[in-house]
Amino acid sequence: MITGIGLATPVGKNSDECWNSVINGVSGIKNFSTEKNLGYPSPVAGLVGDVSEELSKILSLKEQRKTDRFINLALIAADEAIKDSGLSEKFPEQRDRFGAYVGVGIGGFEGMESASLGFEKKGYRAISPLLLTKVISNQAPAWLSMKFDLQGPTMAVVNACSSGNDAIGQAFRAIQDGHVDYMLAGGAESCVMPITFVGFGNMRALSSWKGDPKKASRPFDKNRTGFVLSEGSGFLLLEREYLARSRGAKIYAEIAGYGANSDAYHITAIHPDGVGAVKAIKNALAQAEIDGEKVGYVNAHGTATHMNDPAETRIIKKVFGKKPLVSSTKSMTGHMLGAAGGAEVAFTALSIKNGILPPTINLDEPDPECDLDYIPHSAREKKVDYAISNSFGFGGANSVILLKRYR
Amino acid sequence: MSFSVEDTLRKVKSVIAEKLSVPEENIKAESTLKDLGADSLDIVEMIMTFEEVFGIEVKDEDAEKIKTVQEAVDYMHPLRKK
Repeated sequence: MITGIGLATPVGKNSDECWNSVINGVSGIKNFSTEKNLGYPSPVAGLVGDVSEELSKILSLKEQRKTDRFINLALIAADEAIKDSGLSEKFPEQRDRFGAYVGVGIGGFEGMESASLGFEKKGYRAISPLLLTKVISNQAPAWLSMKFDLQGPTMAVVNACSSGNDAIGQAFRAIQDGHVDYMLAGGAESCVMPITFVGFGNMRALSSWKGDPKKASRPFDKNRTGFVLSEGSGFLLLEREYLARSRGAKIYAEIAGYGANSDAYHITAIHPDGVGAVKAIKNALAQAEIDGEKVGYVNAHGTATHMNDPAETRIIKKVFGKKPLVSSTKSMTGHMLGAAGGAEVAFTALSIKNGILPPTINLDEPDPECDLDYIPHSAREKKVDYAISNSFGFGGANSVILLKRYR
Repeated sequence: MSFSVEDTLRKVKSVIAEKLSVPEENIKAESTLKDLGADSLDIVEMIMTFEEVFGIEVKDEDAEKIKTVQEAVDYMHPLRKK
């Protein structure tokens, strides 16, 4: 059961702000310029902005100095998810039944970059003994465990752009398998910086949009130019059903299935026939023992790369036909990489709970190969019983979370 | 070049204040680094910063003996090159 949600994304610093933005079609994408852009032609990105106020309630200044920004964003969203669940008022006594899985695609590149620059200039003296613990991916779950006294299993799930979905899926399985009763699960990422920016750009995956940055992320549009790099964090509080019910918790939705596999095909491209992704969706449906026709909404991976959007459209049609409504919240948040799955499963849960489906903004002229109803421009009120959130990662990872309305 | 002990103490306090995020007025000569909130990694980091600030090298076995602010000043002051 999803009993808590926490978000910090380019469209808001908490879950209410983020949800209001996505159902109102508000873009969080802005011009991103640093002197180190090295002439990159299209400097747009999604940033969460100044979080010092939120952070000061969780970390001392000394602790802030020891943590890279992806860890800070993880703590802010995870703290909100715990408070939102109501568990912070009466924290479960059995701390070893409470764990944290955090999806991180890249980790602390920010700290690594400045350390490398210092090392080049000053040699070994420039490297702080606190560098590695500041940047390695598992320090996000480690800080969650230290701050919230979670003594159950903790792990960073590193699986490119499907990291967040996989962290949630693995946490769901850990509860199902009986190892734990409560899990913080989601993702955190912050690597909007020159080397990643130019790296994705030179790969020709990044948006080369020129003009209004709010229009840069254009999933399924004929004139899309690639994904918009952004940072953020999204967490769910997952809780065993009888425990959530017995304390009368508010329940957003239930995780009903998780399908994950690999294409075994290419370092970046999704398989053009989407064989793996189709199977991942079907596996999630099989776990819930439902037919595809019950699924009313798909929160798409929808990156706005040339390759992803038509391939994902074909995948959705193969499983569901043309029936479900589809949208990409990345049209507003940009692509938060390892955090994307965390935030998007949260958006999917809120869609089910509130009966409102977020739009795909900037979809002015659909690509002829993209012929589904992507909820263009403005949100739609619709009650759905089941919804899925797709994430596909570089290296061929396919990860699908199936959510069910809780009655 | 000569340096005053007061200057060394001032610089030591300023490094500690920055690394441990504690107000300088809370740092007394007799304060131990541990009481000021330093763990073993913080101490290594502070020693590395002292080495850079004062142009000195602190041997690991000597670093282990520095427990208080005063001990840090006593050890490093005579070695200062900058």
